[in-house]
Amino acid sequence: MSTVVELNQVAKEYPGGVAALRGVDLRIEREELLAIVGPSGSGKSTLLHIVGTLDRPTAGSVTIAGHDVATLSDRRLSALRARHIGFVFQSFHLVPGVSAQDNVAEGLLYSGLPRAQRRERAAHALERVGLADRMHHRPHELSGGQKQRVAIARAVVGEPDLLLADEPTGALDSASGEAVMELLHDLNAEGATIAVITHDSEIAEALPRQVRIRDGEVVADLRAGSDARAGGDTSSDGAERGEGR
Amino acid sequence: MSDDRLSSARLSPRDVFHVGSAGLRTRPMRVVLSALGIAIGIATMIAVVGISASSKAQLLQELDKLGTNMLKVTPGEDPFSGDSVKLPKDAPGMVGRMPGVEHVGATGDLEQTVRRSEKISKDETGGITVKAGTEDLLKALRGTVGSGTWFNDATGRYPSVVLGHVAAERLGITTPGQQVLIGSQYFTVIGILDPLPLASEIERAALVGWKGAGKLLGFDGHPTQIYERSTDASVGTVRGLIPRTVDPENPNNVRVTDPSSALQAKAATEGAFTNLLLGLGGVALLVGGVGVANTMIISVLERRHEIGLRRSLGATRGQIRIQFVTESLLLSGLGGLAGVVLGSVATYVYAVSGGMPWVVPPWAVAGGFAATLFIGTVAGLYPAVRAARLSPTLALQAG
Repeated sequence: MSTVVELNQVAKEYPGGVAALRGVDLRIEREELLAIVGPSGSGKSTLLHIVGTLDRPTAGSVTIAGHDVATLSDRRLSALRARHIGFVFQSFHLVPGVSAQDNVAEGLLYSGLPRAQRRERAAHALERVGLADRMHHRPHELSGGQKQRVAIARAVVGEPDLLLADEPTGALDSASGEAVMELLHDLNAEGATIAVITHDSEIAEALPRQVRIRDGEVVADLRAGSDARAGGDTSSDGAERGEGR
Repeated sequence: MSDDRLSSARLSPRDVFHVGSAGLRTRPMRVVLSALGIAIGIATMIAVVGISASSKAQLLQELDKLGTNMLKVTPGEDPFSGDSVKLPKDAPGMVGRMPGVEHVGATGDLEQTVRRSEKISKDETGGITVKAGTEDLLKALRGTVGSGTWFNDATGRYPSVVLGHVAAERLGITTPGQQVLIGSQYFTVIGILDPLPLASEIERAALVGWKGAGKLLGFDGHPTQIYERSTDASVGTVRGLIPRTVDPENPNNVRVTDPSSALQAKAATEGAFTNLLLGLGGVALLVGGVGVANTMIISVLERRHEIGLRRSLGATRGQIRIQFVTESLLLSGLGGLAGVVLGSVATYVYAVSGGMPWVVPPWAVAGGFAATLFIGTVAGLYPAVRAARLSPTLALQAG
């Protein structure tokens, strides 16, 4: 089985009748590097939450690493996140006052590994992102780009099946942003499956696959090398807002 | 990959402690302030209990030293004339022959007054009485002589006097060898007694030997107080038998009292009024608990990002709950610890400055800690449940 994510006709409607997603189909294969791109309000954040199992869809099915999310309890869902998914956030979310190594080790806290092993693996992950010499620095002693690399190390330390990066360069200057994107490319080359959620088309176009979202629907699914292929077969029936309720 | 069973890992106690204390370590000032309420409450309760236990221990110590096995026999009043009747001359001997009685002493009131010299008027007695005293009196009272000596067979016959410590002070006598005027004759002071908490009337008396009093001051030989010490086991029986032994015809004319009963009653009631103070401590503790709950709610609001992050790292709702309950427990536990220390120190200072033994009952310490843990759990539960219910996505979106 090489499919990591499989979304089938996923819809998400918030209380009050706002439809954030309207029937999204999405497959992510192992070792893919893709961008989920769209303007703000397009529903890409909701898609991130649903793929990351932080939220459940109101309709449709979500399968992550072979597990049907709808059937899982909070405990099992948490275990799924601990083992199979890593998150990178726009604003890093590092724990202040704690060394880079301990911040990364926090990524394994809920995996059941003993503390010594967590710290050892954290040191490895930091080497992997090129911060071996910043092991004992605290977040306020690091630059923005370094912070994001610590956050990436925390996300990959558990060897997740899927790495979700939400606007990873949003809070960085362009030089650090490029370095972070380069790191993601490298990790992908080493075998990681990575989805980058962004509103920036420039970043998206540099990635092998782009899934374009607009108004809660996939409007295009482009792969580098092959011709533009319309992923929006579903857009035939009434995509306009204001219909329905 | 798809057939792995998803089960969330348990955190080790050390990890729980680590995660639960992380929030406290980054905000030490807030920890101090919110633990202070609990600390004050626990300190109040420990100090109240400790101080009353210390003064009770002191009373019991004193009682132990004085003994509760002494009885005092005095003449009652004649039911018809209202005059005080006289005890038989050989009453001390009769009491002394009762089974269980170890020491008997007696005093007899004299009408003379004691003065420093003839220049002082006879009416200025200064509240000091003159009494005849038997040789055994000091043993029965378990009294000690501060300076000088007690009577012996010889000195008891001659004009010599032993002063109670209050009497000596009022007469201005500081050392034996000085002379005082009793009636119209000078007596030599041969001894000054130490304080006698169970017989304050002796503290205020000038004692003359039994035989000397009869020869020199016209003492009729009827005792007015008999002090008797028996074995602890026989106090009850002796007390019941004394009236009929002393005066078989009119046992109602004999009064028996237990001078230590007042002290015993004091020891028993010690701590009764502390209920009010304990209540005050309880209120302080409650307010402290509300403070902790408040701090915890703010902590949860501030740390929505962290909660979201932990959820995305794979923390279950239960693990988030445990984290915040642990934090609350640590917060109030720190307060409780500080309170126990503060309360014990306050008790120590009070006890030492009052010359009491330092007693902090273990049950009070244990109770204080139990109250602390209970408050910590209750105060932390609601914020923790709120934290666990936060949607992981909401926690990440803000900011």
